[in-house]
Amino acid sequence: MLSMASTAVEKIISDKIGRKVAAGEFVECPVDFAYCHDGTGVLVIDALKRMGVERIKDPDNFSIVFDHSVPPYSDQAATLQARVRRFAREQGLKKFHDMGEGICHQVIPEKGYVAPGMVVFGADSHTCTLGSFGLFSTGVGATDLAFILATGETWMKVPETIRVECKGALSEAVSSKDLILEITRIIGTDGATYKALEFAGEAVRAMSQSSRMTMSNMAVEMGAKTGFIEADEKTVAFLGRDGKRFSSDPGAAQEIIEVDAGSLEPCVACPGSVANVRPVREVEGAHVDQAFLGSCTNGRYEDLYEAARILKGRKVHQDTRMIVVPASKAVHMKAQRDGLLDIFLEAGAMVGVTGCGPCLGVHMGVIGENEVAVSTSNRNFIGRMGARSSSVYLASPQTVAASAVEGKITDPRRFLR
Amino acid sequence: MIKGRVWKFGDDIDTDVIIPAKYLRSVDQSVWPKHVLEGVDPEFSSKVRPGDIIVAGKNFGCGSSREQAALAIKWAGVAAVVAESFARIFFRNAINNGLPLIEAKGISKIVEEGDVIEIDLDSGVVRTPKGEVKSVPLPPFLQDILRSGGLVEYYKTHAKRDQK
Ligand code: SF4
Repeated sequence: MLSMASTAVEKIISDKIGRKVAAGEFVECPVDFAYCHDGTGVLVIDALKRMGVERIKDPDNFSIVFDHSVPPYSDQAATLQARVRRFAREQGLKKFHDMGEGICHQVIPEKGYVAPGMVVFGADSHTCTLGSFGLFSTGVGATDLAFILATGETWMKVPETIRVECKGALSEAVSSKDLILEITRIIGTDGATYKALEFAGEAVRAMSQSSRMTMSNMAVEMGAKTGFIEADEKTVAFLGRDGKRFSSDPGAAQEIIEVDAGSLEPCVACPGSVANVRPVREVEGAHVDQAFLGSCTNGRYEDLYEAARILKGRKVHQDTRMIVVPASKAVHMKAQRDGLLDIFLEAGAMVGVTGCGPCLGVHMGVIGENEVAVSTSNRNFIGRMGARSSSVYLASPQTVAASAVEGKITDPRRFLR
Repeated sequence: MIKGRVWKFGDDIDTDVIIPAKYLRSVDQSVWPKHVLEGVDPEFSSKVRPGDIIVAGKNFGCGSSREQAALAIKWAGVAAVVAESFARIFFRNAINNGLPLIEAKGISKIVEEGDVIEIDLDSGVVRTPKGEVKSVPLPPFLQDILRSGGLVEYYKTHAKRDQK
């Protein structure tokens, strides 16, 4: 079949390479911007050393953001971070952000380091988050990133695109997190492997840039390379800059899925699998030991704001602890100025240092044997947030806040009468 | 040709069960193979022998980009992983570190734990006691990376020269 129509992702890669490419082709592609964090940074440096690379090719378009073990929880973590810090100094990186600035996927766009139309690679699986800015971004391992730093390019297979058309308008107390959980239920944990997801439709156009980031963030949970969303004025306002805007030609996507956002209700991903998604009302009442509001999925200002609306004047249940971790210093400062942090603290929640917090299950709120967490993050694999016997429900900020107040999984619509 | 004894795992074996995050920030990298696949089988690292082969279901290696997952498997002595399908970052990480991967549809149904199987990387054929499974062989340049022993070695022999 000879088709002239191209998807946005095919267009971005074609633009970068300088010839028209189509899904399925293996290409060597120049990379506009690359980044890693304190965790993957250690192995990136190891690999560069083994390659014999002394100077990286483009230090001005490479960023390191310390976010995973922040502040360090062990002497070993601190020692490894010192190694990465030294490397950043030696290479003269101007875009190095030591601890306290925020989560890499939040800080990079906040600083305006990327723009629509770019090709971005990061040594973290949730690099797909940046696809929400109308660019192509994907996560790779440390050795791949080292190769990019050495050569300025990498190989990839141009992905097919699954376009997800989100019709209708989200109802009150239903967020883009509920929508992306529903999409994960439909597509499954491997339904988009090697492919690009593109989120489109009126529900996505109506969303804030922050809500769009939540959607693209979870593309990798379906195996996807990226979660592309067309750029618009909101994108440009967030980044403080514009770039080359690309959109998919009608009929270009290899597959189209329609989702009725208008009829969606709050939902959760039940323990064990991100695709194990059910309406909150079906699992209401399950006990919760810890509620976590934060991460690169839902640690932005609007997430804190929605949770604070529910927590204002209420208390976190005595059998539950709640941890709030802003996704960046900028988010933290705005939440502080606007009184949101007071609301959390008065409700009995703890507010932590910006970074990944307890998301990856190593510090700042690890859960114990048989404990249950409800979390705004993106993964609920066995043992992700702590003991092997512990479990995690993934939910929206609204559902997490409502569940914290009740001490059990709770439909947030109860609080918004 | 790779020949070895099989250890079997299910679908969606994620990087958190392959190597939990709590072991990642370790100055001593020898801890990784000691905890490999601990999340599904705490005894695995003491049972696995050099040259053994992992056979798994779909979406093996899903989750984080942590390269320690591929390294832990390789350093535990595993000669290859055969699965119904792989998550893409894990796939790249394994090839980049010289750990052979074979995507063979139907493999998990005909192979039992303890079987001895044979893998021909060039043709993509996997021979099992119950017959052969044909997979799509890796594209030649990925086989090159694998044969070099990983992306670092590949860079040293190819890319570096091209840069000059
Ligand atoms: S917040 Fe969680 S998912 Fe996001 S980058 Fe940090 S550890 Fe990964």
